[in-house]
Amino acid sequence: MSSVSSAPSAPGTAARPVVELRDIRKSYGDLLVNDGVDLSLEEGEVHAVLGENGAGKTTLMRILYGLTRPDSGEIRVAGEPVTIATPKDAIAHGIGMVTQHFALVKPMTVTENVVLSEIGLGRVNLATARRKVLEAADRIGVAVDPDARVGSLSIGEQQRVEILKALYNDCRVLILDEPTAVLVPQDVDALFATVHRLTEQGMAVLFISHKLHEVSANSTRVSVLRRGRIVETMPTGNADPRALAELMVGRPTLGVRRADAPVAADPELALAEPTGTTSEPPPAKDVVLQLEEVSLGGSGTRLTLDGVSLSVRSGEIVGVAGVSGNGQRELVDVLCGMAAPIAGRVTVGGTDITGRGPRDVMNAGLGRIPEDRHGSVVGELSVEHNLVIEDLDSYRRGPFLDRRRVRAHAEALIERFSIKAKPTDPIGSLSGGNMQKVLLARVLSRDPRAVVVAQPSRGLDVGATEFVHRELLDRRAAGAAVLLVSEDLEELLALADRLVVMFEGRIVGEVPIAEATPARLGLLMAGEAA
Amino acid sequence: MIDILALIGAMLVAATPLIYAATGEVLTERAGILNLGIEGTMYAGAFSGFLVAAKTGSPWLGLAAALVLGVVAGALMGLLVVTLGVNQHVAGIGTTLLLIGASEFTNRLLYGGGALVQIDKFGLLFPDVPVLGQYVLTYVALIVVVPFVWWLLRATGFGLRVRAVGENPEAADAAGISVARTRYAALMGGGALMAAGGAFLTLAVVGTFTLNISNGRGWVCIALVIFARWRVWPAVLGALLFAGVDALQLQLVITPAFSGIPRELMLALPYLVVIAALAASGRGLVYPGAYLKPYRRA
Repeated sequence: MSSVSSAPSAPGTAARPVVELRDIRKSYGDLLVNDGVDLSLEEGEVHAVLGENGAGKTTLMRILYGLTRPDSGEIRVAGEPVTIATPKDAIAHGIGMVTQHFALVKPMTVTENVVLSEIGLGRVNLATARRKVLEAADRIGVAVDPDARVGSLSIGEQQRVEILKALYNDCRVLILDEPTAVLVPQDVDALFATVHRLTEQGMAVLFISHKLHEVSANSTRVSVLRRGRIVETMPTGNADPRALAELMVGRPTLGVRRADAPVAADPELALAEPTGTTSEPPPAKDVVLQLEEVSLGGSGTRLTLDGVSLSVRSGEIVGVAGVSGNGQRELVDVLCGMAAPIAGRVTVGGTDITGRGPRDVMNAGLGRIPEDRHGSVVGELSVEHNLVIEDLDSYRRGPFLDRRRVRAHAEALIERFSIKAKPTDPIGSLSGGNMQKVLLARVLSRDPRAVVVAQPSRGLDVGATEFVHRELLDRRAAGAAVLLVSEDLEELLALADRLVVMFEGRIVGEVPIAEATPARLGLLMAGEAA
Repeated sequence: MIDILALIGAMLVAATPLIYAATGEVLTERAGILNLGIEGTMYAGAFSGFLVAAKTGSPWLGLAAALVLGVVAGALMGLLVVTLGVNQHVAGIGTTLLLIGASEFTNRLLYGGGALVQIDKFGLLFPDVPVLGQYVLTYVALIVVVPFVWWLLRATGFGLRVRAVGENPEAADAAGISVARTRYAALMGGGALMAAGGAFLTLAVVGTFTLNISNGRGWVCIALVIFARWRVWPAVLGALLFAGVDALQLQLVITPAFSGIPRELMLALPYLVVIAALAASGRGLVYPGAYLKPYRRA
C-alpha cells in the first residue's frame, strides 16, 4: 500500500520529490523501530506523518536530520543519494528540523541562537546576523525581538525562533516533530499560518503528529506510520478521518469516555463510541477532596501556587487543564504530601492533611498516581514488593514481611489489572503501560476515597490508555472523588465532569463539561480571558 | 605603617597565577566541564616550566613547555570526561593526583638530595617604579589574556560554540557543532592558561621549584569562578581580592600592632575571605546548563 511516489500532490505544486527516504530500517536491540520505510516529500507540500506514540515517527525524522544513524536504507536529496551522518550534513542539504524539545540555548539571545549553526570560529558579525534574522522573520510574517534572551520567551515564541533557525540556513525542507504538543490552541493556528506561508514560497514541510484533526486541516498529503511501517500514503483531501484513525491504530475503535461526554467538541472525539463500562453521572454528593486558598512558594518571589481553591465531590471527576508548567505539578505535589503549602488548607473527607507527609495523606484515604511513573516505583524491586511498598504494615508477620500474603496480593492484582508481568519481575523492566497498571493497582486496591492522578496516559499505547481511563471511570462510579491533571484536552473532555484551568499558579476558570470547547479552554490556558 | 603601594604591588604578583588559572577554568566550565585537574595542571606547569628553564637557561622556553603541558593535561581531561564520559569530579581529582605525583617523582629523580637549583628567572618591567614594577606575565594577563578570553566568549564563533555546548549540548549538536571537539578545545586552551599560572610561580616569583608550590591555588580558582558566576572580569576581581588579603596579612605579620594575632590565623585570612565572599554571593546561582554532564547523542 505504500505507493509513495505515485501519490498525487496538491494542485499548483510541482510534483518533484525534494527528499526521498528509501527502505529505511532501524532497530534498537530486538525492537524494530523503522521497518523498511519509504517516504517522499515534494516541493511546496505539507506532508503529515501520522502515527501513535511508539510508531517510529520521531526516529524516522531523526534519521533524516542526521541525529540517528539508520541500520540500512537510502536518503536522496533532489534525486541524488546522499549520506546524512550529522545535522551538519542535513543542514548542508537544505534540511532543517524543529525537534520536540527545542534545541535552543536559553541564556543566549535570539540572534545568537539563530546563527549558531553557521558560525565559524572567528568574530561573529552580530549586527549583520541581527538584520538577517529580522529579514527571515519578515519573510514568514512573525514578530520577534532579535535581542531577547530565548529563556524569557513563551513556548510559542521559542518555536518561532526554531523555525527562523531553519530559514536562516536556507532550508528547503522543514521537519516539525509534534509541533503542537506544547502549544495552546491559538499558537497552533499561528504556527500553521506560518507553515502555509513557507510552502507558498516553495518549501516542503514534513510534520509529525498523532492528532487527526490537525493533520486533516493542515496537510496536503498524509502518510500513516504504524509499528515502524508506512501503511498508507494519500492526499489528505481524500482521507476520511475515521479511516485514518483505523489505519493509525490498526483497529476500528478508539477511546473510552463518559457516557454523557460531548461528542462534537472535537473531531477526534466523534470517533469514539461510548463504552458500556461508564456510568450515569451520580447526583451531587459530599465534597471529599477540598483545597482552600492554597499557596506554595517558588523560587524568588513568584508563587507557584497562588490561592488555589478547589473541591471534588464523591463520584465526580474534576479535570485540571493548562499548559504545562503553570502549577499543575506543584498542585499534585501538595496533594501527594510532597510539598508543604505556605498558606491554605487541604482536607480529604474532613481530615486536615495540610502540610502532612505522604503517609498521613494516604491514611486519610487519598490515592496518588503522580506524573513521574519511574519516580513512583523502586525500579530494582520486584512487582510484588512495589505493590505493597506503600502499605508494608499490613503485610507484616512479626518484624518481617509475610511473603506468602505479598505474593497472593500481587497475583490477585496482576490478574485483576491484567498486568503483563510476573510478581518477581523487577518493575524497572516493565513497559510504561504495565508500570502504570501496577501503580493503578497499588493505589486503587486500597479503595481510596479520593484519587489524584496526573498525566495518566502519557506515553501509553491506545490499549493501555483505554484501560487506565476505564479504571478511572470505574472509581468514579464507585463513588470516589477523582482529580485528573492532564495536558491532553481530549482525555479531559472524555473523562471529566468539570474542568478547571490553571494559569500561572492560579485557577483562572471553571468550565462545565457541556460548555467546554478547545477554543474556550485554549483562551483560558493562554491566560487571556476568564 | 602599612605601605599601600607595596601592598598593591604584592597583590598584583600574588593575583597573577590566579588570574591565569581562573580564566582557564572559566573557559572549561562555560563548556560544561568542571576541571578539577586545575590544581595538578598548575603544579605540573610550575614544574615543567622550571625544568625546561633550568635545562635551557631560558624562562621563555620554560613558559612554552608549560603551555604545551597544559594543553596535554587538558587533552587528558578531555579523553576522560568527553570521550569516555567519566564522572568529572573523579576524572579531575585523578588528573590532579597524577600530575602532582608525576612532577614530584621527576623532581626527585633529577634533583633529589641536591641543593636547590636556581634558574634565570623573568625580570621586572619598570623595576624602580612602585606598583607598575611588575613581571611581563602580569601585564600580559591583564592587558592581553583576560580581554582576549572575554572577547572570545562574547563575540566569536568559538565563544558561542563553547557557551552552546556548556548550556545545551543537544542544541549545539542539532546546529551542527561538534560538542566533543568544542569541549576538547576549551579544555586544552583552559589547561594552557592554568599551566601558565603555575609556571608564573617558578619562572617569575620563586625562581626554583619547591614541593607543594601551587599550595591549593587551583582550588581557590574553582571557588573564584563560582564567585564570578563564570564571567572573566569578576574572576579577575575575585583573584585581586584574594591576593590583596594575602598581601595584607603578610604586611600585618610584620606590623607590631598585630603581633599578638596567631600566625596561623593570618595565613587562613585570605581563604576565610573567599569563603565569606562565596557565602555572601552564593544565592541564586545559575550554573551552566550542562555542568558536569557528559554528552551522548540519544
